[in-house]
Amino acid sequence: MKKIEAIIKPFKLEEVKDALGEIGIEGMTVTEVKGFGRQKGHTEIYRGSEYTVDFLPKIKLEVVLPNERVDAASAAIVKAAKTGKIGDGKIFVTTIDDSIRIRTEEKGDKAL
Amino acid sequence: MIKKFLLTAITAITLISAFSPAMLRADDPKPDPNGGNTGVASDVPGFVVSAPAELAGDDLKDTNKVAAYNDAKKAASDYAAQAKLEPLAVKLADNVGHNRVAINFMWTLVTGFLVMFMQAGFALVETGLCRAKNSSHTMAMNFMIYPMGMLGFYLCGFAFMFGGLGAIGTMGGYAGLNHEITLTIAGHPFGILGWKGFLLKGAGYDTAAFCLFLFQMVFMDTTATIPTGAAAERWKFSAFMLYGCAIGTIMYPLFGNWVWGGGWLSQLGTNFGLGHGHLDFAGSSVVHMQGGVIALIFAWLIGPRHGKYDKTGKLVHPILPHNIPMVMLGTFILAFGWFGFNPGSTLAGTDLRIAVIAVNTMIAGSTAALATTLYVWWFKTKKPDPSMMCNGMLAGLVAITAPCAFVSAGGAALIGIIAGIVVVEAVFFFDKIGIDDAVGAISVHGVNGCWGCLSIGLFADGTYGDGFNGVAGNVKGLFYGGGMSQFWAELIGVTTCFVTLSVLSLVVYFAVEKLVGNRVTVEVEIEGLDLPEMGVPGYSGVQMDKDSETPMLKA
Repeated sequence: MKKIEAIIKPFKLEEVKDALGEIGIEGMTVTEVKGFGRQKGHTEIYRGSEYTVDFLPKIKLEVVLPNERVDAASAAIVKAAKTGKIGDGKIFVTTIDDSIRIRTEEKGDKAL
Repeated sequence: MIKKFLLTAITAITLISAFSPAMLRADDPKPDPNGGNTGVASDVPGFVVSAPAELAGDDLKDTNKVAAYNDAKKAASDYAAQAKLEPLAVKLADNVGHNRVAINFMWTLVTGFLVMFMQAGFALVETGLCRAKNSSHTMAMNFMIYPMGMLGFYLCGFAFMFGGLGAIGTMGGYAGLNHEITLTIAGHPFGILGWKGFLLKGAGYDTAAFCLFLFQMVFMDTTATIPTGAAAERWKFSAFMLYGCAIGTIMYPLFGNWVWGGGWLSQLGTNFGLGHGHLDFAGSSVVHMQGGVIALIFAWLIGPRHGKYDKTGKLVHPILPHNIPMVMLGTFILAFGWFGFNPGSTLAGTDLRIAVIAVNTMIAGSTAALATTLYVWWFKTKKPDPSMMCNGMLAGLVAITAPCAFVSAGGAALIGIIAGIVVVEAVFFFDKIGIDDAVGAISVHGVNGCWGCLSIGLFADGTYGDGFNGVAGNVKGLFYGGGMSQFWAELIGVTTCFVTLSVLSLVVYFAVEKLVGNRVTVEVEIEGLDLPEMGVPGYSGVQMDKDSETPMLKA
């Protein structure tokens, strides 16, 4: 069982969601986050004084999947979220020990 | 101790107001609290012909004066004879007079209601420009200044300011407010302070006086709410409340009396031949510059907000507004209220100059907003900063407030453009020298209030103002062949405003500092004033983002 954590541009969320839906992924959790990577921030001016906008708004999308579906899902996210410009985001994959569906108390892959 | 004192004071005022005797002297003009006798035939221009004043002394030897006297006397007796023959016509004229005065009452009250609504505009602009963590505090200051200021103005502010006004011409000519404390210097009278109409009792209990009270009270409140923006996000609420006591009772009415209540600045024309004296049609100096100067002194003394400047005084981190839509909505409400502010200052719906005044107000606000936007966009920061757009429109409105009745449309447009550019330079200047004005109040109200008054001396076009401050002829500025005399009167007015209000502000600031202290602790400032000062956040259940926090000083 793996968790995919994808940081993407906010306006790409719809496309990524649809792409994951097409390969049969039925659930996900999204969070509005802020951060920066190589893109860094940029400077703006308010009433004549410069300030840096270093944390840019992003969407963090989390999906937990059986091992065999991880590659397909990652590929779908990459395909949908890519613009080719700096700031497209990153995908992190981690191992998950267990999962439980609260309603039925199913465990492991069955709970996904 | 302070709490007990204030509570006792408020209770005492209420009791005195309710149960004290009427304080009306035998020789006072009779007030008309019911309004039934206000507005008669003599309020119809040119209808009643009164007998001329009797001649005396040298005048009796002047053949021209004697001839004029005889003509006037004959006209008066002709009128009296005719009136006897046509009693119905006199009755009709009485009703026409009552209706004229009623139209003026209506106009003054309704425009006063519009000005009262400007409080909402101020609240939105100031709060929007502050951070979310201080929103309930900033809103509360803008809210409480209304009742606090009102109480002071009711208690004595109105009497100080208008107690020596004399006849209220457009409202039936009630002349009960007739006691001005006057000094005589070098043979000239200098009105210093009014002294009638306390608690709206006695001579103050008259429909015309009440009408004037409402209109002037909301003007005072406009001044009162200006410093709350400049010192926002760090001003103790208790300190602000004490300031609220001072503004309505004496800070505002003193200079107000000198300009609008028949005081010495309005007498510069009759005393020294300086134009029409210090003219300020709707309050560029009386309302806005007074508020701006208080804002300047308070913002300077209380110090900048934590984190905006580094230890060397260099501006390192501009503090962003939390709600620009709120700022813009507030600005529109203010611009709308200004249609009460300026045209209402005729105190007369029957004075058709109101159309010119309203359009001039519209024009100057618009040209200023445009000038600010383009100036910032093209020459300053490469983007059209919306907070500056709003400051720009307000700057134009402030500037046109004094000259609105005296200038042409073209003059209004130019006054607005200059205001729009001046406000940008002023905002950047005060930021640079370390006077942290959270909302631009000093630049908008102080600097442009000053500019607005001076502009009368330059742009007044000689089409209006006959008889203002007792000086015959229309008001003419330098560019219309009026010479410099009006300009000097304006300059004396704004200089006096700056000096007087600076001194009063220093006194009030340090008195409050002694009593309760003006500034919250740095911990409170970092946490935001909402919880420590008010006990409730402005936005409960909403997560604040990084920009809401006070930036920490970088080592």
